[in-house]
Amino acid sequence: MEEKPIIVHAEHVKKSYHRGQHIIPVLEDITLCIREGQFLALMGPSGSGKSTLLNLIAGIDRVDSGAIRVGGIDITVLSETELAVWRATHVGFIFQFYNLIPVLTAYENIELPLHLMRLTAKERRLHVETALQVVNLSDRMDHYPAQLSGGEQQRVAIARALITDPAILVADEPTGDLDRQSAEDVLNLMARLNEESGKTIIMVTHDPRAAQRAQTLRHLEKGVLTDADCQAPF
Amino acid sequence: MLIVRLLFKNAFRHKFRAFLTILSITIAILAFVMLRTVIGAWYAGVDASSASRLVSRNAVSIIFPLPLSYKDRIRQVEGVRLVSYGNWFGGIYIDEKNFFANFAVEPGSYLELYPEYVLSPREREAFLKDRKAFAAGRKLAAKYGWKIGDMVTLRGTIYPGNWDFVLRAIYRGKTDSVDETQFFFHWDYLNETMKKTAPSRADEVGFYMIGVDHPDLSSAVTTAIDRTFKNSWAETLTETEKAFQQGFIAMSGAIITAIEIVSFVVIFIMLAVVANTMAMTTRERIGEYAILKTLGFGGWAIGGLIAGESVIISLCGCITGIALAFPAAAGFKKALGMYFPIFSVETPSLVMALIASLAVGILAAIVPIRRAIAIRIADGLRRIG
Repeated sequence: MEEKPIIVHAEHVKKSYHRGQHIIPVLEDITLCIREGQFLALMGPSGSGKSTLLNLIAGIDRVDSGAIRVGGIDITVLSETELAVWRATHVGFIFQFYNLIPVLTAYENIELPLHLMRLTAKERRLHVETALQVVNLSDRMDHYPAQLSGGEQQRVAIARALITDPAILVADEPTGDLDRQSAEDVLNLMARLNEESGKTIIMVTHDPRAAQRAQTLRHLEKGVLTDADCQAPF
Repeated sequence: MLIVRLLFKNAFRHKFRAFLTILSITIAILAFVMLRTVIGAWYAGVDASSASRLVSRNAVSIIFPLPLSYKDRIRQVEGVRLVSYGNWFGGIYIDEKNFFANFAVEPGSYLELYPEYVLSPREREAFLKDRKAFAAGRKLAAKYGWKIGDMVTLRGTIYPGNWDFVLRAIYRGKTDSVDETQFFFHWDYLNETMKKTAPSRADEVGFYMIGVDHPDLSSAVTTAIDRTFKNSWAETLTETEKAFQQGFIAMSGAIITAIEIVSFVVIFIMLAVVANTMAMTTRERIGEYAILKTLGFGGWAIGGLIAGESVIISLCGCITGIALAFPAAAGFKKALGMYFPIFSVETPSLVMALIASLAVGILAAIVPIRRAIAIRIADGLRRIG
């Protein structure tokens, strides 16, 4: 079977944080490839740099050195404004604590990213209604986050992540704050999005059950990937 | 629309805090508009003065008189249409707290020179005929319940004794800016009494009021009058009615400056209150701004959200303050109408209040915007959960 093209290619990525005068290395020479339509789980102990790597791939943090190409674009050379535009169209985010805007309804939270696109009100409505159907929350669209369960909030967050039809979905501990059943529902939904819509998913998790749902597993230990790195060049 | 809804929802998310902030702005704007209205009331006489009227007084000081004989010489100056004259009487009605302006004037020429004082033909005739007659403004008569034919006694301060007058006319102003709290009577009554009681003070005039043919002639007429009496024992100082009024206001210039400073200090206090609210709000919401940045909203959008919220809060307070300014001004006028006969909220004050509120809204958001934009997304997201 023909291999799908590489969509994410992190090359010799290094990242460290500054705490006062101390420099704390977080990622050491990371090289990673993710293919289109791949569902990849990143595992590792706390402080191993999983979320940092995810943030770098998603363009919400900057590398110290190295390059990250997503869909052929080196996002490490983009300006803040260019990066914001890129995120809006290329990446969908799913967070552990859902990160919904509390004063907006489920419908409005999902609609929010569409305001960065040139769409008519009717087009926006169609997109949101479709996304609500995908996450099976059409009947809760007028509810505020506080009126929804954790699982429902995470499904709203997934709908928001999907709404702009991004190439990749990044999920940082998406089941970390959910009960077992809700976590199962969310993982099922993510697996379905990967299988049926071909979305590339990169998920950071502590949960081995969640990691089992991914096709590929990568481990990070003290800022180093312990598994095989990128094999296929661009 | 969603973004506008988000702005309003954010602005009123903490209802009690929003209420207190808006209340503070309301009070500040109310104070600002009232102080500006007080300043406006001070200048009301200046605004109401005519460009074609001059006032001539003793060059040394207004407390020194001019001879009555100047009247005919002033009338001969080219460009002069009409000359009237008068004296500040300074009489007290029953008690010193009952203050109102009272003048002795040459009634015929005075009424001709001041067409903004509107009298009915019957009352005008009655006022001109009776030497002990006085005319009062509508508000003054209403305040003391005077009716036509009533006798009113003023106790003289500059001109000693009790002076009896009969109310023969009640005037009203042609426009809202005309003072309706004045009391004026026949100069002849004053002069004849002086001839009997203090002959050395007879035939003396406090000031001349001069009507010119055209406002453009004011400067030339002013110079000509003062030249006429140069090197006489009573030199004149002639100026436009506006300059004359401004001269009076200049006497209380320090008070007006103080009021003006306080009115702007109020705006700075308002800025501090809104800035404090916005600083607290932004600090609490830094995680949400990080989410918005994550979704692709740029610095301008985040800045717009914070500035918009700040402006909404400022304008809510401003509009409430402006709405309250009208009943407050009406109450103020009712209580102190004799000191501020013209006390109405003026459009420029409202425009200034609106501009100040807008500026406060934007300025108060600058530091929070910088903070929200500067924070790294990863750091902002860490604050959630």
